[in-house]
Amino acid sequence: MEKKVIVKVEDVSIKFSLASEKFDGFKEYFIQRVKKKITYQDFWALQDVSFEVYKGETLGLIGVNGSGKSTMLKIIAGVMKPTCGSVKTSGVIAPLIELGAGFDFDLTAKENVFLNGTLLGYTREYLEEHYEEIVEFSELDQFMDVPVKNFSSGMFSRLAFAVATIGQPDILIVDEVLSVGDFHFQQKCEARINRMKENGATILFVSHNMEQVRNLCSRIVWLEHGRVRSIGDADELCREYQEAE
Amino acid sequence: MSVYIQNFVKFKPFLKELVSRDVKVKYRRSILGVLWTLLNPLLMMTVLSIVFSNLFKFDIENFPLYLLCGQVIFNFFNDATTNAMSAIIGSASLIKKVYVPKYVFVMSRVCSSLINLMASCAALFLIMIGMRAELHWTMLLSVVPLFLLVVLALGIGLILATIAVKYRDVLHLYSVLMAVLMYLTPVIYPMSILPEWLYHLVMINPLTSILIMFRNVVIYGRLPGLVMLLVTAAEAVLCLGVGCWVFYKHQDGFIFDL
Repeated sequence: MEKKVIVKVEDVSIKFSLASEKFDGFKEYFIQRVKKKITYQDFWALQDVSFEVYKGETLGLIGVNGSGKSTMLKIIAGVMKPTCGSVKTSGVIAPLIELGAGFDFDLTAKENVFLNGTLLGYTREYLEEHYEEIVEFSELDQFMDVPVKNFSSGMFSRLAFAVATIGQPDILIVDEVLSVGDFHFQQKCEARINRMKENGATILFVSHNMEQVRNLCSRIVWLEHGRVRSIGDADELCREYQEAE
Repeated sequence: MSVYIQNFVKFKPFLKELVSRDVKVKYRRSILGVLWTLLNPLLMMTVLSIVFSNLFKFDIENFPLYLLCGQVIFNFFNDATTNAMSAIIGSASLIKKVYVPKYVFVMSRVCSSLINLMASCAALFLIMIGMRAELHWTMLLSVVPLFLLVVLALGIGLILATIAVKYRDVLHLYSVLMAVLMYLTPVIYPMSILPEWLYHLVMINPLTSILIMFRNVVIYGRLPGLVMLLVTAAEAVLCLGVGCWVFYKHQDGFIFDL
């Protein structure tokens, strides 16, 4: 069977300019400019990264801190544009990069469901349809009219996860979010992700928890200093990675 | 092009939620709630019209209304552009984590101000009834200058939001600029008191022609001149065009400066 490529990452490089003197305004900019103190130092967070993700598979990204995993996911999610190279994706992407990024603390949980849901590109009708499901999954039945500033961090991430994972995305991007909540909730999250997987979703997964990576992923891309160190079978690479550390 | 439209349609619900959030949060925990949107300009205008009908007398027919019209227009412009300027900076946490077309944030700020503008217009209408001012049918045409005003404000807002990401100074500088602009717009004075050289300067300001058209249709029952209408429309569209272009050019770099 021909495997369909759903995410195609081609020669992606991204450059961050680290100004040696950080300036925030005109005055400092001009002073530094006159003094010729601004020297830009280029930092390549990713260099010539290429890989493909096939439809329906779960791909893990591993690497030590600062190896460019999160940057890579942000580029795939469309948050950042690469300096050179290209990323082609097809289908609906649901990013679980940082939960609750779009929450407004003064609004109630219910209002936040709609704010955050529309942020992820769902329509209001769709959200109303799935509202019960969200409430049920987050187990916050009696707190839906409370402003989220009064929520505990666990309640907060439960709600955020519930909103972010409604529907059936084509590509799900998971960045270190499975460590939220208590044990019971983590299991629920994993079950939900597994269900999406069974329904044909493609998953991109980042975690430092090798156990989870091995359980969920079939293939792995190992990044090191912004470059691909190797791509291959999950079990093999996990072992190699743990030995290398 | 169709990609952009599709994208806009996809994020239109989010735009709506953002605007309704702005309105809700502003008056949260007040007893009268959203009613304040209307009540605020109404009370403000009542005070102003009492003060200016009794204390200061200018040589203008119906001076309180003259002033209120000026205030409605200028306050919207000030409010919309000032809010739009901090739209990108204020949404930094979101922009860094989720993909959203960034102009949505600028638009949402302008739309929130637009809601206040509509409330102000309603309040102005009530004041006119209260003052037993003559009501003209041309009032219905006020949507034309108001529309041009929104287009202009959106264009300026996009430019400001782009600059503010890189140079935070504009946040502070802008209020001073706005004070200058306020005196370069005939908000409280009549055009007739201006000396020749200043007259031309004031006429260059696109807010002036929008304001003149607005007053003509609302207070005096006069139709706006075609030339003025076309020139103003061209200015507004040009401004929006430049705004979109500048914003589009720089938007991918925002994330590095937030």
